[in-house]
Amino acid sequence: MKEEAAPIKTETFMVNMGPQHPSTHGVFRMRLSLDGEVVVDVEPIFGYLHRGVEKLAEGRTWVQDVTLTDRLDYLASMSNNLAYVLAVEKLAGIAVPERAEHIRVIMAELSRIASHLMAVGSFLNDMGAATFTPLIYMFQEREKILDLFEMTCGQRMTFNYIRIGGVSCDLPEGFIPALTRFLGEMPRFIDEYDTYLEDNEILLARCVGVGVLPPDKAINASVSGPSLRGSGVRWDLRQADPYSIYDRLKFDIPTGKNGDVYDRYRVRMEEMRQSLRILGQSVRDLPGGDYRTKVPVTFRAPAGEAYAHLESPKGELGFYLVSDGSLSPYRFKIRAPSFINLGVLRDLLIGCKVADCVVTLGSLDIIMGEVDR
Amino acid sequence: MSFWDYIKDLSNIARRVAEWTGGEWWVYGLLGLLALLLFLVPSLLALIWIERKVFGRLQVRYGPNRAGPFGLLQPVADAIKVMTKEDVAPARGDRLLFRLAPALAFMPAMAIFAAIPFTRNMAVNLDIGVLYIIAVGSLGVIAVFMAGWASNNKYSLLGAMRAVAQTVSYELPLVLSVLAIVLATGSLSLVKIVEYQTVPLLLLQPLTFFIFVVAALAELNRTPFDIMEADSEIVAGYHTEYSGMSFSLFYLAEYTHALAVSALIATMFLGGWKPDVGIPWLWLIVKIYLVFLVFSWIRGTLPRLRVDQLMGFAWKFLFPLALINILIVAIEVQALEGFPGWLALVNIPVAAIILIGMARLFRFGRVTAPARAPERG
Amino acid sequence: MTRDISQNAAQRIAQRFPGLAAEAAPAGIVVPAESLLEIAAFLKENPDLALDYLAAITAVDYLDHFEVVYHMTSITHNHSLMLKVRLPGRENLALPSLTSLWQGADLQEREVYDLMGIAFSGHPNMKRVLLWDGFQGHPLRKDFIYEPS
Repeated sequence: MKEEAAPIKTETFMVNMGPQHPSTHGVFRMRLSLDGEVVVDVEPIFGYLHRGVEKLAEGRTWVQDVTLTDRLDYLASMSNNLAYVLAVEKLAGIAVPERAEHIRVIMAELSRIASHLMAVGSFLNDMGAATFTPLIYMFQEREKILDLFEMTCGQRMTFNYIRIGGVSCDLPEGFIPALTRFLGEMPRFIDEYDTYLEDNEILLARCVGVGVLPPDKAINASVSGPSLRGSGVRWDLRQADPYSIYDRLKFDIPTGKNGDVYDRYRVRMEEMRQSLRILGQSVRDLPGGDYRTKVPVTFRAPAGEAYAHLESPKGELGFYLVSDGSLSPYRFKIRAPSFINLGVLRDLLIGCKVADCVVTLGSLDIIMGEVDR
Repeated sequence: MSFWDYIKDLSNIARRVAEWTGGEWWVYGLLGLLALLLFLVPSLLALIWIERKVFGRLQVRYGPNRAGPFGLLQPVADAIKVMTKEDVAPARGDRLLFRLAPALAFMPAMAIFAAIPFTRNMAVNLDIGVLYIIAVGSLGVIAVFMAGWASNNKYSLLGAMRAVAQTVSYELPLVLSVLAIVLATGSLSLVKIVEYQTVPLLLLQPLTFFIFVVAALAELNRTPFDIMEADSEIVAGYHTEYSGMSFSLFYLAEYTHALAVSALIATMFLGGWKPDVGIPWLWLIVKIYLVFLVFSWIRGTLPRLRVDQLMGFAWKFLFPLALINILIVAIEVQALEGFPGWLALVNIPVAAIILIGMARLFRFGRVTAPARAPERG
Repeated sequence: MTRDISQNAAQRIAQRFPGLAAEAAPAGIVVPAESLLEIAAFLKENPDLALDYLAAITAVDYLDHFEVVYHMTSITHNHSLMLKVRLPGRENLALPSLTSLWQGADLQEREVYDLMGIAFSGHPNMKRVLLWDGFQGHPLRKDFIYEPS
């Protein structure tokens, strides 16, 4: 009797990638179902860093809440400060002096460069680029930006610099020369990285066609920031809904074509160049005058509600504030771009290899402080 | 015999000692082992230091500089640290295999050195030296798979699976490239291969050199081929669960293997102990270190390939290349009845043309178009 | 500059859904919970409105009622709308889920459910997102009191 060969059965197996994993950018966890090396299903699980910022803010005063925003996207705290402060100013109708607006834009754009440097660096690190080499090169440049921040407000990470009505203190002496020097040498560094990376065959092999996010899907899933622009959607709040002095500044919005990992990486590199352009213009036009409108410590926003958003390095960072006219906000809602961008992760990863998971996640550039809040 | 003769050829010392003790075979054995350890242990420490220093410099930082002058004692400090560390084994793993794997990983790497000729006399003149090295060298993967299986950890298992697939794939181009050398030199003995090289084989057969180095990098599991312990994907691959001394045995095995392959490249392509002036075995050691330095450099610069791209590269690029290489070498050997030195002038451009042409033809598999995510069940 | 189209949208909704009270709130419109899904579909698919981008979903606890706030933007026309839904009461709150229209609603609705306790019917994966599954209560509610067990 001929025996029928039993078909070889394989089964998928579950791997918990994270929350303690070298390349999940903090305490993020992906529950992967794998068929060998291929991802069959993925469930993102997070909340390990949840501090209840939205609740905490309801118990602090309007002025104190600026410090809470520092701790959201801790790689670009200036942008967070600015977004919150914009919402409060919209709510209370506070006018900000011209000089403060310029300083804010300078800080926000420096933040953007610092954040993109980290994003690209850690993304390359996820790709296994030789035990940290690119990351450390990016750190080198980021360090200079942190030095500028330290010079301005004495802090390197959580600044609490941009305040309601302006900024906490004027630019120190020597800041503008230092910034000008930075602006002078930075383009050369970006060019250098491009020479190393742009046409690297391995980088192309790992990035092109991986994690493709079509534009309609990106819009439908509320993706924002470089990830949205990487898909070819020309949407940047700095031009679409200009705040501060962005309507007077000239810059381009880089976009990608295919919406793959490579395009998102290219968009970040280009945005750094554009940020340098913006910095150049705002330094050139920096007016004198007061750096703040005095706002009392016991500031009370009038009853009402306001939603303000800005283009943070990660995407559309919005604050929806409801006030009942008291010392502290009644509702303090953060529209966190990293959090919402994670919504497409599942679509991007299914069908990929394990190695693509970390690269795709790295290209989305999430930051857990903001995702979990 | 003068003092200089002893330095020049350390085997004279061994012969002397053996004479005193009556020339028993085990005396030779023990002396060989002693010599090997005397070479290996300091070399390993030095290599670890060199690599960390090279990395440091590549990454615009200092590298180890605290323990001892220039951080030279850092590997020693590390060794003390790992030796005093608790060695944890996973409760649900296979204890026996788990303990056996690190030792088994170390042995083949060390056994390769038995066949490396340091000078004409400081060598076991194995007639099948090349065959022996290839056979022993590929044993290491068994230990890797044992470790991955016994750990009862999914990352380990993934790493081990990748390791097996990778080693099996790259073994072929490696062996085929060595075959080209054997064709030219007409011998499997490493001593003969070195003696053959009036012009280093690096110049005579650059294509062989390229294939061998790439395949060897993959065997050594260094970037861009380090998928089996890809730290950003599968934590540490097959040795995720290892700690303390067991871990450091894997670590040492990796460096020993790297050292062995460097030695092999120095022997087969860079002329081994030649030029035969001064202290010949020092020449070899310098060459070994130089090769290792290049390995570190590569490791410090390149990103990592994906597993399918790695396989594609082995089967669609290296393997055909190795076959073409053998064809060329065979034709040359047959037509010229030998392998004269001027052939280098022909072979270097030929290799360049073939490499560039193949590289133009070859594309890494840029596939994976993710299908639409299925509805949640 | 992104234009606010509350007035325009309120008129159009009134035309399209006669008899349905879409009040214009200070900065946005308020629609009844039952017809949220239809109105949202209309807002998204109407070529003149084309609110294709659901920027944010949030909820506010006003003690006697909850207000769920949708911030919508049209990337095509660069205008925005704030849509509100009022939910009276404190227990068993439910709204139709908008995940069928916008994938971006997925995580945000889960967050609202997690922190405010408003369930979205029709959501494919309605469970907590930031807090763990066994957590009692919904911390962003005004009457939430944290009691360590």
